Amino acid sequence: MAHAPSGNADNNATDAFLQGGSLRHAPGPYFGSFGGRWMPESLIAALDELEETFDKARNDPDFRAQIADLNKNYSGRPSLLTEAKRFSEHAGGVRVFLKREDLNHTGSHKINNVLGQALLAKRMGKTRIIAETGAGQHGVASATAAALLGLECVVYMGAEDCRRQALNVARMELLGATVIPVTSGSQTLKDAINDALRDWVANVSNTHYLLGTAAGAHPFPAMVRYFHEVIGEEARAQILEQVGRLPDAVCACIGGGSNAIGIFHGFLDDPSVRIYGFEAGGDGVETGRHAATITLGKPGVLHGARSYLMQDDDGQTIESHSISAGLDYPGVGPEHSYLSDIGRVSYEPITDSEAMEAFRILCRTEGIIPAIESAHALAGGIKVGQRLAAEAAESGGTAADKIIIINLSGRGDKDVATAAEWFDLLDKDSAESEIGKEGEQL
Amino acid sequence: MSSAQAAGKAQTTSKSAAAIDKARAEGRAALIGYLPAGYPTVEQTIAAGIALAENGADLIEIGIPYSDPVMDGQVIQAATTEALANGFHVRQVFDVVEGITSKTDAAVLVMTYWNPVVRMGVDEFSRRLAEAGGAGLITPDLIPDEAAEWFEASDKYGLDRVFLVAPSSTAERMQRTVDASRGFVYAVSIMGVTGARTSVSSAAKDVVSAAHAAGAERVCVGLGVSTAGQVREIAAYAEGVIVGTALVAAVRDGGVDAVAALTKDLSTGLARETGHAGEEA
Repeated sequence: MAHAPSGNADNNATDAFLQGGSLRHAPGPYFGSFGGRWMPESLIAALDELEETFDKARNDPDFRAQIADLNKNYSGRPSLLTEAKRFSEHAGGVRVFLKREDLNHTGSHKINNVLGQALLAKRMGKTRIIAETGAGQHGVASATAAALLGLECVVYMGAEDCRRQALNVARMELLGATVIPVTSGSQTLKDAINDALRDWVANVSNTHYLLGTAAGAHPFPAMVRYFHEVIGEEARAQILEQVGRLPDAVCACIGGGSNAIGIFHGFLDDPSVRIYGFEAGGDGVETGRHAATITLGKPGVLHGARSYLMQDDDGQTIESHSISAGLDYPGVGPEHSYLSDIGRVSYEPITDSEAMEAFRILCRTEGIIPAIESAHALAGGIKVGQRLAAEAAESGGTAADKIIIINLSGRGDKDVATAAEWFDLLDKDSAESEIGKEGEQL
Repeated sequence: MSSAQAAGKAQTTSKSAAAIDKARAEGRAALIGYLPAGYPTVEQTIAAGIALAENGADLIEIGIPYSDPVMDGQVIQAATTEALANGFHVRQVFDVVEGITSKTDAAVLVMTYWNPVVRMGVDEFSRRLAEAGGAGLITPDLIPDEAAEWFEASDKYGLDRVFLVAPSSTAERMQRTVDASRGFVYAVSIMGVTGARTSVSSAAKDVVSAAHAAGAERVCVGLGVSTAGQVREIAAYAEGVIVGTALVAAVRDGGVDAVAALTKDLSTGLARETGHAGEEA
């Protein structure tokens, strides 16, 4: 099955889509040929329990009210939709709106999912949650939800990531979580997931595995999307209110793909809206050092789902590379694989350099320091804006008639050391310089 | 799935079933030993497999080293990581299987996480395994619900499909998994990953009983079994006993000779002393 070539999805929606079928609220376990449950039998009962609890909860007005209350009075939702007027000059002059998930409590979209899943854990009578984390964002969010709801929290984090994100380890510990450095395998995010699964098998009677992205075995992809759908629902209502029409394009970054599926969902059934997911191109997809799973991966099974996967000819998972720890994952959520195959969403790689240039531009033009993950969406938005501007010129219109929304999935405070090193802002022998050097392989 | 072939209910050509039945006819449980392919080398895995068979193992389980072994504890992880670092390739598992089946009568199964099979192609993998003399596959992260391609290929090439059942399996899933299995059913003794444990969980006996009640004629118990005493305890109620981590540690610490000695010792626990299970455990 061929991938949708970059840019070709624009006018080729799926057969089902053209026939009027809805792409919204896909229930799983399968998204086309992707998804499913490729998991040990030992965990199937727990997945069944979770699925049943989730189905009941989302149909329960009390649960929905609880989520709505936490979103409003704890996370600070709705998040703003901010027009980025000076940034738009770099995007061909189209109007650019930023969905401000960076303004949520804990600084990213991750809080939407952890609050929902932590409430489900309580409904199941579980007293302990476990989570994986790469850079620490999901770990911090999980520790936050656990503290709020009185749950024990254990976070698995690659030993290398623990060292280069020492402050995030401290944040999790301040919030009462236990952080376990993972020394198996490649000692990265995928191995943190492996160790979390091993913990879950052994402790499933009292433990919920609070997976941080829209990947994994059913019901995780559909459930994590459900908790992030609020991003797209808000963005759609806000753009209609602010400019009176739908955007021409929506852009998001993709690691596992949770922020992206959340905002995409709001627009999947709007044929006039082109949707773009930007993967981490690392040093460049031609170098092999990247995390462009959909662009270059092949279908396989990892961590419970069939999806595109970075793997070698033997089916061994290949280590991914990105300046952004949050996108540094060799898999991707199964719904994204499906949306790519049917041509509804275009997935394209963004290199480290492109992302960091967009990072710099947003800081200087809007006074917003983005997460490096989100900077991939900004870099993609610049490209999409320039294409739309060219199209407008061809048809005799103006760029300012075109509108794009970029999901600003998180704030960049956690990335200051990495960025300072990238832009060479530190004295050579300062302590920060040492941290920056260790922050990423630059 | 074909219920006529379910879990050895009918007479089949299953190599695993035949090996277990032969042990049963001798008044004992079958011993199943696990070795990771290519640890430390392909040649040594073959030599260790032959030593297993010559010292009392009835079936041999050859594991394919995989980058993300979520059901394995640290000893097996360390071994398979080393095998991969030494350059092991999936296709070499067929050399290991052939190397053992050509020299012994043991039934040789391959234990593999599913993605390497998907990558090669389920049909091609199955064909090559059958050509190498393999008995079938043990699939720790493949459940019958997702196994349509494997049902087809295992029927086509006459391979056993050994699925796992666990203490957490509901009655409905137990039935489904027993019906889907051929050769034997792998009963996970404990909620956890592979690794030696000082005692066998009481859950193991319940899982075996449930599998028997669902119609399984051959149930083998694995996870955490490392001593002759534990083998004896399990042999009293299951048709087979699976030992993994202890054998991997033997390869690591003493090579083929240590595997031979441990297998000989483990096999002393296989005889069924009716009604006196676990005396020396």
